[in-house]
Amino acid sequence: MEKLLNEFSIGLFFWQALIFLCLVFLLKKFAWKPILDSVNNREEGIKDALESAENAKREMQNLQADNQKLLKEARAEREAMLKDARDIKNKMVEDAKEDARTEAGKLIAQAQASIQSEKKAAIAELKNQVANLSIEIAEKVVREELSNKDKQIQLVESMLGEATLN
Amino acid sequence: MRRKISLKPITLLLLLITFVSFGQEGHGNGEEKTDIKTEVKEYIQHHLQDSYDFSLTSYTNEAGEHKYVGFPLPVILWDNGLKVFSSSKFHHGEAVAEVAGNFYKIHHAKIYKVADAHGEIIEDAEHHATNEMPLDFSITKNVTMIMMVFLIMFFMFKRMASSYKKNGNMPKGTGRLLEPIVLYVRDEIAKPNIGEKHYKRYMSYLLTVFFFVWIVNLFGLTPIGMNVTNNIAVTFCLAIITYLITTFSGNKNYWKHIFWMPGVPWPMKIVLAPIELLGTFIKPFALMIRLYANITAGHIVMMSIIGMMFVFNNWIGSSLSFLLAFVLGVLELLVAALQAYIFTVLSALYFGMAVEEHDEAH
Repeated sequence: MEKLLNEFSIGLFFWQALIFLCLVFLLKKFAWKPILDSVNNREEGIKDALESAENAKREMQNLQADNQKLLKEARAEREAMLKDARDIKNKMVEDAKEDARTEAGKLIAQAQASIQSEKKAAIAELKNQVANLSIEIAEKVVREELSNKDKQIQLVESMLGEATLN
Repeated sequence: MRRKISLKPITLLLLLITFVSFGQEGHGNGEEKTDIKTEVKEYIQHHLQDSYDFSLTSYTNEAGEHKYVGFPLPVILWDNGLKVFSSSKFHHGEAVAEVAGNFYKIHHAKIYKVADAHGEIIEDAEHHATNEMPLDFSITKNVTMIMMVFLIMFFMFKRMASSYKKNGNMPKGTGRLLEPIVLYVRDEIAKPNIGEKHYKRYMSYLLTVFFFVWIVNLFGLTPIGMNVTNNIAVTFCLAIITYLITTFSGNKNYWKHIFWMPGVPWPMKIVLAPIELLGTFIKPFALMIRLYANITAGHIVMMSIIGMMFVFNNWIGSSLSFLLAFVLGVLELLVAALQAYIFTVLSALYFGMAVEEHDEAH
């Protein structure tokens, strides 16, 4: 202890204290503060960057999920639209068929009606012509018959015979 | 297997040392050897002391003159007024310096005032000089070293700080090497010991003291070696700063734990108070002694082993001493960093105690 006290130098203590305290304050101002601030900033920056990367990843995932959902919806919509279209097509075809059928029915009916009327007309015509023809024939036959007296009598007699028979 | 390998060289070493010692005894020129031993001892003593000039080495030239390589430093004394003169006036302690009618002489590495140019030192029964000692603020070798470390640290860390600014928060050059150490002090020393909330206030001191002690210790290991930290004044200064910071940042909780320890019966509180109060002084005192003693002991052992080379003065003993000195040198490199670390950690621990906030009983 005595040796230590003996060795103790006030001058050295004074200079050490002065220089060391100056060093502490100067380094604090010019070195430690900027260094620690920079390191802190850098660490904060890294932390922020990591965080934002994480956020971006999460957003990306959300976006992808959204996309998937949209895609799914779109697919479902397409499906529905296709189904609708198919239905409409079927219905249209059905309708067209139905229309065609009724139209055809009508045409047939008309055709039949006209055929009937044509037929009637034709029959009437035929009747007329047949009547005319028979009259003409009858006229010719009668004229032939009546040109000869014997024959006239004969006819009258045959006719009379027929009439009596009736 | 391992044991065999490690035991062999040790046995060999012990054998060789014994052999060498016997061989030395056999020579019989004991007087010369004692001379070398004394010289080595004196040299170690001289090395451990501060000096008033910056001498790197000394030699005796052909004419028998003792020549010193180095340069003188300013001597600043307060003795009824400021006296400033060059230490070359002392001629390396061999002469009496005369300044403005006063005479000064170096005795055991300290400046004493002497009556006249003869420079007689009056000693008492216990060989203590009784001459008057002027207040000595000289720029000694150690002060020069402290100033050099000041400049080195200031410019090194200022450069590091500006490299951050230039490179967008990234260090460059030396900063790359120093940043992990700075971060180590912050994350492994300050944060765990002081706590996340308060550590920032103490960072400047902790970083400065860590690098200062480390660099100074490292310079102590170089051949120009001025071991600043083996001066009790230096370690006292560092320890008292730690003590003052601890004391002035002590919160209510800290003082309560010292003067009125919670959780113990009141008679114990009265007994504990003086012990705890004493403890606050013992802690920095231990800091002071630990750093001083470790560095001093390291230097003494190191120089003794180097001295052994000259005592043995044969190729086996000297080379073994050299090997041992080399190994010890590597160990001292570790000690240099370790002591800086321990000083910083303990300072941080004391600051942590002073600002601790929880109220649990211990």
